[in-house]
Amino acid sequence: MSKITKKEVEHIAKLAELEFGDEALNKFTYQLDQILSHVAKINEVDTSNIKPTSHTLEIKNVFRKDEIKESVPVEDALSNAPEKADSGFLVPKID
Amino acid sequence: MGNNNFLEIIFLPAHKLNNLIQEKKLKVSEIAKCYFDAIEKSQQKLNLYITICKEQGLNFAKILDESPDYLDDLSNIKPFFGIPIAIKDNICTKGITTTCASKILQNYIPIYNATVIERLNAQSYILTGKANMDEFAMGSSNENSFFGPVKNPWDINCVPGGSSGGPAAIIASGAAACALGSDTGGSIRQPASLCGVVGLKPTYGLVSRYGLVAFASSLDQIGPITRDVKDAARLLNVIAGWDENDSTSINLKMPDYEEFLKDDIKNFKIGIVKELMVKEVAPEVRESINKVVSLAEQMGAYVEEISLPSLEYALSVYYIIAPSEASSNLSRYDGVRYGFRNTSAKTLREMYKKTRAGGFGDEVKRRIMIGTYCLSSGYYDAYYEKAQRVRTKIINDFKSAFKKYDILISPTSPTTAFKMGEKLDNPLMMYLSDICTIPANLAGIPAISIPAGLSKSGLPIGLQIIADSLREDNVFRAAYSLEKAIGFSKNPIGLYE
Repeated sequence: MSKITKKEVEHIAKLAELEFGDEALNKFTYQLDQILSHVAKINEVDTSNIKPTSHTLEIKNVFRKDEIKESVPVEDALSNAPEKADSGFLVPKID
Repeated sequence: MGNNNFLEIIFLPAHKLNNLIQEKKLKVSEIAKCYFDAIEKSQQKLNLYITICKEQGLNFAKILDESPDYLDDLSNIKPFFGIPIAIKDNICTKGITTTCASKILQNYIPIYNATVIERLNAQSYILTGKANMDEFAMGSSNENSFFGPVKNPWDINCVPGGSSGGPAAIIASGAAACALGSDTGGSIRQPASLCGVVGLKPTYGLVSRYGLVAFASSLDQIGPITRDVKDAARLLNVIAGWDENDSTSINLKMPDYEEFLKDDIKNFKIGIVKELMVKEVAPEVRESINKVVSLAEQMGAYVEEISLPSLEYALSVYYIIAPSEASSNLSRYDGVRYGFRNTSAKTLREMYKKTRAGGFGDEVKRRIMIGTYCLSSGYYDAYYEKAQRVRTKIINDFKSAFKKYDILISPTSPTTAFKMGEKLDNPLMMYLSDICTIPANLAGIPAISIPAGLSKSGLPIGLQIIADSLREDNVFRAAYSLEKAIGFSKNPIGLYE
């Protein structure tokens, strides 16, 4: 695997909705490169004809009955909101 | 035992407290007072709790003293009636702050209880408080808490392990009788090992995750941290079982786990996993595990070394899969519906970025970044999907091992508790502390850590017992038998001198 670059880390930060100062970016680039080059070792393993496992239980979709139940009261749902207005969450303007 | 000498009480397991309550030798309020005294003393030294529920706990204890259950019909008293229990701060408690040890959730007050809390409420337990932990359960040393690190009760210069460092150190200190933790890659077992207590990660799906703040959904599992194996079985009896609110919950008739506590491992087939006896395992730890092996042999078990070749890759698989799932799960923290929000941002996107950059600590950011990278276009196949395939190989290796062996054993942690700060600047070194515990999470199988003894410097060493999926019977039988044979009974009482 090729070395991870600062530019890539900036791109990943953008995808993850995070931001870093220059010093933190350098540190993260170094650490991420170290970690990712270590875990890339799994590419040594022959996995031809092996299916991927996403979780360990042999279950597929789990459906519930389509029944009307009482839901969370609006004031409860809003009780932790940093900002609210009427019956909704208030956010800054969408750019 | 009616006096107020709390040291006589706080190091008792819950089943013994239950006996004292049943025999009317102690009131619930007397027990609660002992534990809250111990909490007050140990909290200053060790930073065990994020929230302490003293007033509420003492009041509820008084109510229990006067309740008809206690006054009239003691024979039917529930096993955890009036027992002080600590809850890791990533398990939702209605009306009580649940922070995940993160700035981003520091003011979050859940509007509902996790299923495990509802089940404990039905026992009339006493909530001592919300235990400190690594932020979002990411860490192996409990140094990643926004509320400051937890210290190891056996040596305050050492870490208690993580991420359930709070719950494990609480049980070791007698600052609650039992605790609930969560285990994604060893977060119950590794701190239990480093603190000299018992920690169980049940089979994936046995305990409902409803109300457990999600880290890596295919790996997370809630489990007990206790003073002995009997308490672990009893607590599992309470928390295990199907829950319609968790679609990965197993729908089976639950056994009575206490029935498996038999002091008998004659003819048990035990495998020592070569790949978990890695070179990083400290000589003292190795020696301690070897002693347990001879004990097991004296008790009539067959012990052999076996090789599960794919386990060599477990750590790498885990540090792809867990961060990938985490990066997705943690995308919900955007400052809109709950938690911390950066209020200086002028636009929505800026608010997301600044909230997340200011609200998460470094280790959480690191894992979000690793996960986002592994899932991103161009890298998905080489990292995430490849890891999922190697995960299948790990599961297959375990399956073939359990055709031949009842249990597998290993050290829980390659070393005893390490010094604070020692691995903080080297994430990869820190990740290596999970090397023995991670495989059980990847395979979804049960594993327990029990104390195996103390090192020369007086730090606990843990033994891990792993069994096949839903074979908690073998875990408990082996753990109970070996616990008896080992006879570990030390407590870090120096804490209260």
